[in-house]
Amino acid sequence: MKSYDTAACEILKKAEIAPGFFDLTVSCAEAARKARAGQFAQFLVPGKTLRRPISICGIDRANGTLRFVFQVRGEGTRALSLLNPGEPVNLLAPLGNGFDLGDTSRRALFVGGGIGVPPLLEAAKPFGKNAVLAAGFRSRDAVILKDDFESTGCETRIATDDGSFGRRGLVLDLIGDLAFDVVFACGPKPMLRAIAKLAAERGVPCYVSMEERMACGIGACLGCAVKLRGENGDYFGHVCKDGPVFDAETVVWEE
Amino acid sequence: MADLQVNIAGVTFGNPLIAASGTFGFGREFAQFYPLSTLGGVACKGLTLRERAGNPPPRIAETPGGMLNSVGLQNPGVEHFIREDLPWLREQGTAVIANIAGNTPEEYCKMAERLSEAEVDMVELNISCPNVKQGGAAFGTSCESAAAVTAAVRRYCKKPLMVKLSPNVTDIGEIAAAVEGAGADALSMINTLTGMRIDLRTRRPILKNNTGGLSGPALLPVALRMVWQASSRVKIPVVGLGGISTWRDVVEMLLAGASAVQIGTVLFSDPYAPVKILEGLEAYLNENEIPAVSELTGKVKPW
Ligand SMILES: Cc1cc2nc3c(=O)[nH]c(=O)nc-3n(C[C@H](O)[C@H](O)[C@H](O)COP(=O)(O)OP(=O)(O)OC[C@H]3O[C@@H](n4cnc5c(N)ncnc54)[C@H](O)[C@@H]3O)c2cc1C
Ligand SMILES: Cc1cc2nc3c(=O)[nH]c(=O)nc-3n(C[C@H](O)[C@H](O)[C@H](O)COP(=O)(O)O)c2cc1C
Ligand code: FES
Repeated sequence: MKSYDTAACEILKKAEIAPGFFDLTVSCAEAARKARAGQFAQFLVPGKTLRRPISICGIDRANGTLRFVFQVRGEGTRALSLLNPGEPVNLLAPLGNGFDLGDTSRRALFVGGGIGVPPLLEAAKPFGKNAVLAAGFRSRDAVILKDDFESTGCETRIATDDGSFGRRGLVLDLIGDLAFDVVFACGPKPMLRAIAKLAAERGVPCYVSMEERMACGIGACLGCAVKLRGENGDYFGHVCKDGPVFDAETVVWEE
Repeated sequence: MADLQVNIAGVTFGNPLIAASGTFGFGREFAQFYPLSTLGGVACKGLTLRERAGNPPPRIAETPGGMLNSVGLQNPGVEHFIREDLPWLREQGTAVIANIAGNTPEEYCKMAERLSEAEVDMVELNISCPNVKQGGAAFGTSCESAAAVTAAVRRYCKKPLMVKLSPNVTDIGEIAAAVEGAGADALSMINTLTGMRIDLRTRRPILKNNTGGLSGPALLPVALRMVWQASSRVKIPVVGLGGISTWRDVVEMLLAGASAVQIGTVLFSDPYAPVKILEGLEAYLNENEIPAVSELTGKVKPW
């Protein structure tokens, strides 16, 4: 059986859930059947040489759909944001290794920064009330998916850069008092580095979802390099094939 | 039914489509989509004598009609390839081309010698690498160094030897002739053109390596021109590549003088491109009652 494939899919739903943040539901039964939390898809953008990697935010196997939440950052994501229900989109999915959730009775801390929050939603579901989301956003306008997390039973703690929603400051300020057994994180590198350090200090396993510029998305071109710690020293692994989720202890965190 | 088979320097390819080095790994990732026997051949990721870590990221940048890469020849080394990847690839029913890169002529020779004992069908010499002993300019950028490294490798290489030319030169015809004179059995061209992109916000180049190799559709007209110029200067077969994404591009490349083609960057947007290109090519040949694809080679009618 193919573990990934291209598929001509149909956009079923589209919503702008915050200014510049889009929520797409796409029908793609085969990929939905195989997909796991933390994996991603490569979206074909007509006229562009490279596909755009977007994380899977929700998996509905019964209806054969996948959900994606993305932010418009440039021409490619802008083109995707202009797609409407009923229109086709070509996906290469599911790609990468998802989150290894392990024992879901553990107290799980989910740490998300901005557009790093969507990939955590599907992973938080099985933890139900054992999950806490600590998420940071630019401002009130940019807060996304809070209700979605809460409907899975997850507690949410929000910080904004300007204090217009939740607490003013960084995500890490939200969790000083919190006890947890495992961390799953996605967001900007400085945030990931900080949470990896905190988890290490507390002796708690920490899994981070990383980003890198991609071409093939399947491990063939070696474009999406990330420096990892190996038995024989540091080496370049690849986000699309070895990740995008990595054990934070294996990542070489440098400037 | 048109005959798609081509022969390059004594090696038979089931059809003229070959996966370009560096875009296809050692084939495993693409075997998920279709049997690799769909392709006439596979040019493996560039190999070096010893394992190479490659360049720090970012290694990829998009460009109008193309992309830049600065992977920096990350690869597990020639021995690892022969031990771990070749046995599997050998079984896939496609011709296997080992692409090699070195910093000195000696490194190229050692690899060619080692691969001569291995079950590869052909050796492709990537001469776009810096010649460390001669000040670091790429071997492929002067007739003298291109001919010297080709002649040196020729002595050690018992497999058909294809030399992959760099487009970053003033006169491609001169280089092609020099490499043929030094004993190459075939030419493949073109490798990537050196390019750059800059992030406006940070004023930093997008690639950590500052510059990288341009590939994709933007390259096609340059590749066609160079294949045309080079093939008119040499008698050995030319394998054309650079920016091919449709069967029409393939036909143009063959008309310009190529005997076969390689495809790379198009695989990133459509991994099924080889299947589609072959269908289109076959239909074109049948509709135009061209009995063999090899009849197209060099049939451009220049003004
Ligand atoms: C594994 C993975 C998962 C991702 N998941 C999501 C998600 O769920 N939601 C979301 O909004 N974004 C996500 N991203 C980031 C998203 O891929 C980029 O924002 C997007 O590619 C930008 O494309 P563009 O054409 O709009 O921007 P441009 O800047 O015009 O793009 C130019 C080129 O750079 C690449 N690029 C630019 N920024 C990034 C980036 N941050 N990461 C990787 N490539 C980049 C583009 O793919 C394209 O090849 C993810 C990235 C990766 C690697
Ligand atoms: C990511 C990437 C890696 C490459 N690595 C190699 C390599 O290792 N050796 C080599 O000879 N060419 C390498 N190339 C060049 C291609 O083989 C080819 O010459 C070039 O991309 C032009 O063809 P295309 O436009 O069809 O991709 C690489 C190209 C890309 C995009
Ligand atoms: S994008 Fe090609 S190896 Fe990851």
